Amino acid sequence: MPSRHLDILTGYICRGDGMIGLEHYLTVAAALFVIGIFGIFLNRKNVIVILMSVELMLLAVNINLVAFSGFLGDLTGQVFTLFVLTVAAAEAAIGLAILVCFFRNRGSINVEDVNVMKG
Amino acid sequence: MGIADITFYVFATTLVAAALLVVVARNPVHSVLWLILAFLSAAGLFVLLGAEFVAMLLIIVYVGAVAVLFLFVVMMLDVDFAALKAEMVRYIPLAGLIGIVLLMQLALVYGTWVYSEGIDQHLGSPIPPLHEVHNTRAIGLILYDRYVLPFQLSGLILLIAMVGAILLTLRHRQDVKRQNILTQIYRDPAKAMELRDVKPGQGLRR
Repeated sequence: MPSRHLDILTGYICRGDGMIGLEHYLTVAAALFVIGIFGIFLNRKNVIVILMSVELMLLAVNINLVAFSGFLGDLTGQVFTLFVLTVAAAEAAIGLAILVCFFRNRGSINVEDVNVMKG
Repeated sequence: MGIADITFYVFATTLVAAALLVVVARNPVHSVLWLILAFLSAAGLFVLLGAEFVAMLLIIVYVGAVAVLFLFVVMMLDVDFAALKAEMVRYIPLAGLIGIVLLMQLALVYGTWVYSEGIDQHLGSPIPPLHEVHNTRAIGLILYDRYVLPFQLSGLILLIAMVGAILLTLRHRQDVKRQNILTQIYRDPAKAMELRDVKPGQGLRR
């Protein structure tokens, strides 16, 4: 298995040595993703924190992409991280705009108040 | 344990702790600040992985734009956040259960996967050696070449998001006096004022 690792002191990407492997990064990303989902379920009423949890989950995806990119030696992962970043920024902007609009009309940001379109 | 390993553990623990605090913090302003810390430590992890450009982009886009956007919205909305947080305890068992199940599923996936044979030869765009082409230039070389269509499409997504956000939040308030330049330009001085002869003892009747 090829593994690349950036050594801070020398500044070179070296292969194979160092104790930190791909699994370490994947574990961090998995923990982050689970924390994001945990947050969505925990803050059922607060849309702002739900949006922040979604950002955390997208960050976990980014960490996975960059970790595989770094350890495989393939730049494609980093390019797609840029696209995920773009979508995340657009999503945050639109989500917060909808939130501001909703708060103006209903005077609350409670998710359970969002039932006008129930029919 | 080398310096790189220690740095990884520092950034990783900071990242996970900050993410957890984003979720459980009582004050949403604190949540946003913890979110900024999480993004900064993720940028540190990216630097460790040799992805400097993405790391700097993470700081610029996430910390500089997204997190500040969150901060503005949190401070703009006049919401009683204490009431929203009061019922949080009720959801902890369900949220914990789902989190644990998901964590075990991810552990199953991460425990068994292997690389296929000769994956070195099938890389889409191998990272060139660092002393020849540095990270930013390497990304630019393939981003504007092979991925030019997704790049343009992501620009389109950003444009749509910008238009949508402006459209959603723009409103014309009736209770505020505004300068209307068109009516000022089309104002006719001859019609603006009129002289009436008022007879003594009588008012002016319209």
